[in-house]
Amino acid sequence: MSCTYAVIAEMRGNQLRQVTFEALDAVQQMASSDDRIIVLAIGYGLQEAVLSLSIPGIAHVYCAEDERYKYYDSEAYFSALRAFVEQESPEVVLFGHTAMGRDLAPMLAAHLRTGQISDVISISQDTDGFAFRRPVYAGKAFETRRFTTQSNPWIITIRPNNFPAFTPENGTLPTHATVSSPAVVALPAPAPSLRTVVRDVVTKMSGSIDLAEAKIIVSGGRGVKSAGGFKPLEQLALVLNGAVGASRGACDAGYCDYALQIGQTGKVVTPEIYFACGISGAIQHLAGMSQSRVIIAINIDPEAPIFQVADYGIVGDLFEVVPLLTTEFRKMLV
Amino acid sequence: MSIFVLIKQTFDTEEKVVLTDGVLSEDGVKWVINPYDEYALEEAMRWKEAHGGTVTVLTAGPERSQEALRTALAMGADDAIHIVPPEGRGTSDDEYIVSSWIASILQEQQPDIIFGGHFSVDQGSAQVAVRVATLLNMPHVSAITGLERTGDSLVQVQRDAEGNAELLDVSLPALFTAQQGLNEPRYPSLPGIMKAKRKPIRVVSAAELSQEAALEPRTERLALEPPPPRQAGRMIAGDAAAQVQELIRLLHEEAKCL
Ligand SMILES: Cc1cc2nc3c(=O)[nH]c(=O)nc-3n(C[C@H](O)[C@H](O)[C@H](O)COP(=O)(O)OP(=O)(O)OC[C@H]3O[C@@H](n4cnc5c(N)ncnc54)[C@H](O)[C@@H]3O)c2cc1C
Repeated sequence: MSCTYAVIAEMRGNQLRQVTFEALDAVQQMASSDDRIIVLAIGYGLQEAVLSLSIPGIAHVYCAEDERYKYYDSEAYFSALRAFVEQESPEVVLFGHTAMGRDLAPMLAAHLRTGQISDVISISQDTDGFAFRRPVYAGKAFETRRFTTQSNPWIITIRPNNFPAFTPENGTLPTHATVSSPAVVALPAPAPSLRTVVRDVVTKMSGSIDLAEAKIIVSGGRGVKSAGGFKPLEQLALVLNGAVGASRGACDAGYCDYALQIGQTGKVVTPEIYFACGISGAIQHLAGMSQSRVIIAINIDPEAPIFQVADYGIVGDLFEVVPLLTTEFRKMLV
Repeated sequence: MSIFVLIKQTFDTEEKVVLTDGVLSEDGVKWVINPYDEYALEEAMRWKEAHGGTVTVLTAGPERSQEALRTALAMGADDAIHIVPPEGRGTSDDEYIVSSWIASILQEQQPDIIFGGHFSVDQGSAQVAVRVATLLNMPHVSAITGLERTGDSLVQVQRDAEGNAELLDVSLPALFTAQQGLNEPRYPSLPGIMKAKRKPIRVVSAAELSQEAALEPRTERLALEPPPPRQAGRMIAGDAAAQVQELIRLLHEEAKCL
């Protein structure tokens, strides 16, 4: 039986977030050639996003475009999503496990009385079908879950930076032979409920690199000692084209904005390289970064717990080590 | 004002996770109120102190969950409801089922405002509270870091969305999930603890609740495993200059990520 896979795209400014392409990779892993792959984009100013979805194998790109969708609002976005799902009846709906996905996916799951598997980091398949792996207990264990036969559709949120981002250069969708490029379809924007109204959005994201999607992150903790102490970290991040992150300790102390916080309450990140500078390695911090590919810890205290998860540990003063790293990388990368 | 707080008893995240045959070993584990639910409870108490009303805490979980309800009562909640799941595994970790139980109780209670935690630190799926709001056909705002009453049935909340701060007006009844930063939860007071001992807990068996005859789980756990072992890290010796040189060499040659 052929299946419809629906990816709910997510915008960042005028562009699609990388997690949308990662969701497409998840679809690539599950779909077969007679399935149908569709995408829903909700927002205001979707042209660029639509262009970047001109991928062979995507049957339709549905656009719910309206000025009211400029900022995320659960009520407004959900009415667009619900209309889309009622019209298309997908068997599988995928979101990023992001502020938006974490909010919309359970609304849809409750509305359809179906199952949702959250925060998926990989998909496996055996004779019983697909199984989904996800971290639990703040990353201290991993669970494998599957949908029961009672679940229709399947609702999945995928953790950013765990699936490779799909591009037509590095892969082909199983449906590419039947559809060469997607048809773009505009969806009407249902009238808002007005039960919630967005008054204001203060953008705090510093820099242009999204923390959740950065390949290299340089993080500082209470050990940076002041707001100015973040300077050397910013310089290292700049040279490596990475992003700056922080522990809650640093945020609480007022050295940086909470937007940078990594951990259980902050962002969950899985970069290629994570530098932990002056961070002790509390479990709540580890919950947000322990799945990074390579972890480098710089700390003056040889007993700091961060060294137990680090691949490479440097016992030393971050104010001495970090600028040296910047100098060396700069030499190397020119 | 009828104020409800959804809480879950979780193990303390500082605890070591021990798995025996794919099941979390509960031996000697310290159980707490899920930290995000504590923020929710504190916000409910503040609402009550400012505007009046009663605070009812609600949980679905095993016998031991009553300790969490007692703690909440000691912090000042007025009433407590304990939904007891049926015997056997597989229902109380299915978000569809748990949210259906909670919604069916709340349906009869007609709350004006509901608070929950942004997610539980054990399962971490961030589903139940949002599902409950949807089942009750109520608006919700998740991950709030601030809340202020601006009208008779109007509140303004601040929401944390990937580091951006959003300001929203919401009409009640509504549900909110609490993010860290919303407030600083109080500790139970000694008189509070004494009083809590005498407060009754309403115990409801889930079997009495589910109108949809027998609720069937929508998802099920196949396995629970420890994280893949991280290879023991390597400490890089020497003075700062030597450490930096060696790190760059290792990133190149061993980790191959530069
Ligand atoms: C419910 C809850 C949720 C939480 N969520 C999060 C979260 O999301 N993210 C998070 O990070 N924390 C979180 N925490 C807090 C967490 O428990 C820790 O308190 C916090 O991570 C500590 O931050 P830190 O490592 O920067 O500070 P500290 O623990 O104070 O560590 C500072 C480190 O800097 C080192 N240092 C000092 N000077 C130097 C120097 N010159 N050079 C090198 N090293 C130096 C010290 O040796 C020390 O190891 C949470 C806590 C709770 C209860």
